[in-house]
Amino acid sequence: MDTDYVVEMRGISKFFPGIIANNQIDFQLRKGEIHALLGENGAGKSTLMSILFGSLRPDGGEIYIKGKKEQITSPNKAHDLGIGMVHQHFQLIDNFTVMENIMLGKEMTKGPFLDAQQARDRVIEISKFYGLNVDPGAKIEDITVGMQQRVEILKVLYRDADIIILDEPTAVLTPQEIEELMQILQNFAAEGKSVILITHKLKEIMQVADRVTILRQGQLIDTLEVADASEDRLAALMVGREVSFVVDKTPAQPEDMVLEVKDLWVKNARGLDAVKGLSLNLRAGEILGLAGVDGNGQAELLDAIAGLIKIDSGQILLKGQDVSHSTVRERREKGLSYIPADRQKFGQVANFTLADNYILKNYYEEPFCRHGFLQRDPIHQQAERLCGEFDVRSGRGIYSQAGQLSGGNQQKAIIAREFSLKPDLLLASQPTRGLDVGAIEYIHKRLVSLRDQGKAILLLSFELDEIMGLSDRIAVMYDGQITGFVDPREVSEEDLGLLMAGIKQKGAI
Amino acid sequence: MDLFISMFVLALIYSTPIIIASLGALFSERSGVVNIAIEGIMTIGGFVAATVIVFTQDSLGNFSPWLSVLLAGVAGTVFSLIHAVISIDLQGDQTISGTALNMLAPALGIYLCQIIFNQQRTEIFRRGFVKVSVPGLSEIPVLGDLLFKQIYPTFYLAVFLVIFSYVLLWKTPFGLRLRAAGEHPSAVDSLGISVRKLRYTGVLISGFLGGLAGGIMVLTQSTQFTATSIHGMGFIAIAALIFGRWNPWGVLGAGFFFGFSQIFGIYSRDIPLLANIPKEVFQALPYALTVIALLFFSGKDAAPKSVGIPYKAGQ
Amino acid sequence: MSDTDLINMQKKRGLRENDNLRLFLTALLAIALSLLVAVFVMWATGVEPRNFFKALLRTYTGLDPAKAGTDQFFRPRYLGEFLQMSLPLILTGLALGFGQQCGLFNIGAEGQVIAGILGANLVAILIPIQNRSLAVLAVIAAGLFGALWALIPGLLKAYMGISEVVTTIMFNYIIFYLSNAVLKSLPGSNPQRTVDLPENAMLSSNWLREITGNSRLHWGIVVVAAAIICYNLILNHTSFGYEIKACGSNRDAAAYAGIKVRSRIVYSMMISGLFAGLAGACLALGTFRYGRILQGFENYGFDGIAVGLLGGTKGVGILLAGLLMGGLRSGQPLMQAERVPLEIAQIVSALIVLFVAMQKGVEILGDYMARKRMSEKMAENKTAQASEEGGK
Repeated sequence: MDTDYVVEMRGISKFFPGIIANNQIDFQLRKGEIHALLGENGAGKSTLMSILFGSLRPDGGEIYIKGKKEQITSPNKAHDLGIGMVHQHFQLIDNFTVMENIMLGKEMTKGPFLDAQQARDRVIEISKFYGLNVDPGAKIEDITVGMQQRVEILKVLYRDADIIILDEPTAVLTPQEIEELMQILQNFAAEGKSVILITHKLKEIMQVADRVTILRQGQLIDTLEVADASEDRLAALMVGREVSFVVDKTPAQPEDMVLEVKDLWVKNARGLDAVKGLSLNLRAGEILGLAGVDGNGQAELLDAIAGLIKIDSGQILLKGQDVSHSTVRERREKGLSYIPADRQKFGQVANFTLADNYILKNYYEEPFCRHGFLQRDPIHQQAERLCGEFDVRSGRGIYSQAGQLSGGNQQKAIIAREFSLKPDLLLASQPTRGLDVGAIEYIHKRLVSLRDQGKAILLLSFELDEIMGLSDRIAVMYDGQITGFVDPREVSEEDLGLLMAGIKQKGAI
Repeated sequence: MDLFISMFVLALIYSTPIIIASLGALFSERSGVVNIAIEGIMTIGGFVAATVIVFTQDSLGNFSPWLSVLLAGVAGTVFSLIHAVISIDLQGDQTISGTALNMLAPALGIYLCQIIFNQQRTEIFRRGFVKVSVPGLSEIPVLGDLLFKQIYPTFYLAVFLVIFSYVLLWKTPFGLRLRAAGEHPSAVDSLGISVRKLRYTGVLISGFLGGLAGGIMVLTQSTQFTATSIHGMGFIAIAALIFGRWNPWGVLGAGFFFGFSQIFGIYSRDIPLLANIPKEVFQALPYALTVIALLFFSGKDAAPKSVGIPYKAGQ
Repeated sequence: MSDTDLINMQKKRGLRENDNLRLFLTALLAIALSLLVAVFVMWATGVEPRNFFKALLRTYTGLDPAKAGTDQFFRPRYLGEFLQMSLPLILTGLALGFGQQCGLFNIGAEGQVIAGILGANLVAILIPIQNRSLAVLAVIAAGLFGALWALIPGLLKAYMGISEVVTTIMFNYIIFYLSNAVLKSLPGSNPQRTVDLPENAMLSSNWLREITGNSRLHWGIVVVAAAIICYNLILNHTSFGYEIKACGSNRDAAAYAGIKVRSRIVYSMMISGLFAGLAGACLALGTFRYGRILQGFENYGFDGIAVGLLGGTKGVGILLAGLLMGGLRSGQPLMQAERVPLEIAQIVSALIVLFVAMQKGVEILGDYMARKRMSEKMAENKTAQASEEGGK
């Protein structure tokens, strides 16, 4: 056995009801390497790493850490073995301080009481050593997402981990922050720590990883030296076929003005200004991409346009009519559709049937409702039609509960509903988040065809590739304002990054 | 002035069970489990205390009420175990589970009264707690009369428990973890700390304090246990928790407020202006004030973020 | 069997989750377990469980095996009383059920029943109408009082986000005392009761009384039938019901769809209170003949929680559950006569709610078993493959 491996997983299997998450997977991590774990959503990456980290128990297989067979029964055991994990969804307590979050579970004490001073000193010491500046006394809810990620990394270092797992760490960062993170990872490797990087971004793998292991649908596909691989090869291995990430589309033919936003001010749920005097225009037949790092007011902007949250001041014109203070329903009736970012929370009623979800926004209109009574026949006919047209697959057809569909099919069903409303303006918030490549390609095609029918689309996405590929124009948002409108065919990714970080401003095009 | 002082002291006595029960609910909710079963837990505590004191008052004298409320706490702990199992292990609906226990407690208590005493109530006990005056402190003008003279020692127990709860929850690793479990259980889980154990601890502490509070309530405010002995004080304790913003000091203040609100019904005959109003109005007053208090201090922002949401480890 | 087949098998299992049969079986399980625990309690406290079941049998069937062969063997009066007692419980069950459809847990039915009783008593005593329309008016007043008593908790929930659980409980106590104060102050009242209600305000029916051996069964049966029909019609066939259910299942999605969530919460609370108020009408105008100064809660609302939860979301389920609980209640005097403390009936009712709360536990257990079965199957497959390959 090769004792160079700090982690060796052999034949790991894990089942969930209805899903084989991991099927006999082998995985080895060398000391001091950065090892990428590549796969689509649902390929089993997170499951495999949760098993290594002890939050899930495998249904089969063996794990060797530093040459010794181990039963990793809990995250505690993983900590003892020197394994630490930076979760994709930060595991931070909002109203606790940075320091409290870091020491939780491994508290410094004086007698039976917490020792705040000692903990603070230790946190400052580590953060200085690795160049991860944070204020230990700040509350999590008051610091930026990038800072929060540093806290997550500090939590791992505080526990003296030398095997560090990072789950999709770049999803919420600006290109510049990503650069910094990559540098930190390389420092770790140089210090002799071993890093596992869970990701679906090929560019990052090519940039920092030494080796890459590819998973697909719970199966191990291959482990390669990155030096021997290319982005195309990795993509093909990940998806299982040749893929092209280029969206086929002709140049836009913008026509009448559909949406005008003028000097809009909106507050977020915590009562702070989220959109600060923003203006933008959108014409029929074009896709305007909204780029920016999460949390810069994009979500609030879309919610405000849809009428879900009140605006403080400013104006929203839909096809020339002032809808600034109209209800959600009035705006919908005037031709606004909205694909929400969180499909479970907003997009559907999980325990309604598909048929009932299709009428979520127009259940009260003919032919679905007459004199206050629902009409089952037209409702079911429409459901059958939409399921066919948008290829929504489910166990019991239109009688399936929406919550039991796969993520991709849920999203297709939401898109089917929003398209069925015949919108003039579609707000699409992260329409492909968490979906596999097949579904992503399908949804992209649908969006472009809607545009080609002369409809206007405002697309919010945190995937730069998606923004660049789909948009006819890009508006970059930073701190509640638009820092620039750019042409995707001309702008460089670096410039985009600077605009996203608010470092650069650019005039409208 | 004498009237005010006697009202004030009585208010402290009436506040005592509310404060203790509210602290109980605090532990449970801070760990992430809603516990409206506090009412039922208090009922069980009241039944046990009233029963134990009937059988021990002759043999144990002044020690008897203390033993009674201690056993009331133990009974509350056992009773709350049902809520813990349903809420934590079975991921049941915490409100429904609490409601079931609130229905079960008086039924069980009176059923057992029928078995033990052959009537739908316990026998009358002769003597509960003995009022005390603190030597020295009771001599202080005004303050001594208000806080240290002719008062049940259980009030001091309540104050001690407030301080104890604050230190435990905010100054020790256990408290940090318990609060974390109520805010963001998966974060706690990811650090290898058992959310399940923390929540069990929270619910069982609430069971003990709830039982204790019920026992104290019956032994300081009644002469026997009946189906209406607790009459909604458990729910008011939960209101005090909300009003007190999930914080022991807030609970102390809110508990006193609700304790005071009960006094008017007792004193309405003695206050000329109030004597003509039907006594039912004053009896309804504490509950109405509770609603009004909630109206002004409703903000959810102080509540633990994950309270009421079952946590499923490893998902 | 391939891995895909296994996945499909799992999917099919998951899809059965909504079957009515399954709901029915879960309810039966909850009842059975509750009775089992109750038997244990009786056994542990030296009470003869057989007497409990004897009392239940007489209540539910009117049959008394001890009197077999005599004309006392079948007593329709027990049946009539059992039905009569079920009526308010079915209504409070509908009250809980309707609230639940909108995601509300209305523990205030207890107080809304009292409000309904108050409304019916006030109309019957104070309004000088000589014909039967007084009864109709009194029923309407009861419903309205119930709905109004639910209005404020509904508003507080919808517009201030204050939990209806705490407020409705407080409202139970408030109306309890206030209604006593009002009834006491009516002309002719003494500290225990009001004057007798006029006969033309009552729901009583000579015909129903006669066919049930002089029981108190009354026209409330019509009110209940109408209530069940409305309940089903509103929830399953109207756009209003669609909105209620959308708000109950996912408030964010309902708001996103343009449904007026707040107004729907208020309406749901009021309709829920209306059902409870009608239960008050049955009690005030059918069961009793005068307004009573209450000594404590009578648990019609709380037993309604058991009815509503057990009956699930369907009117017919609530009807069956209401009959079950009605029998438990009307059998209480018989139990006490058989030297079984009558509180055992309340214990059963509380246990039913408790076991309904445990439902999720059954599902978790099911999932766990399924996963275990699956990993065993997979392991078998691998061994089979390995031996096949070895054979080649």
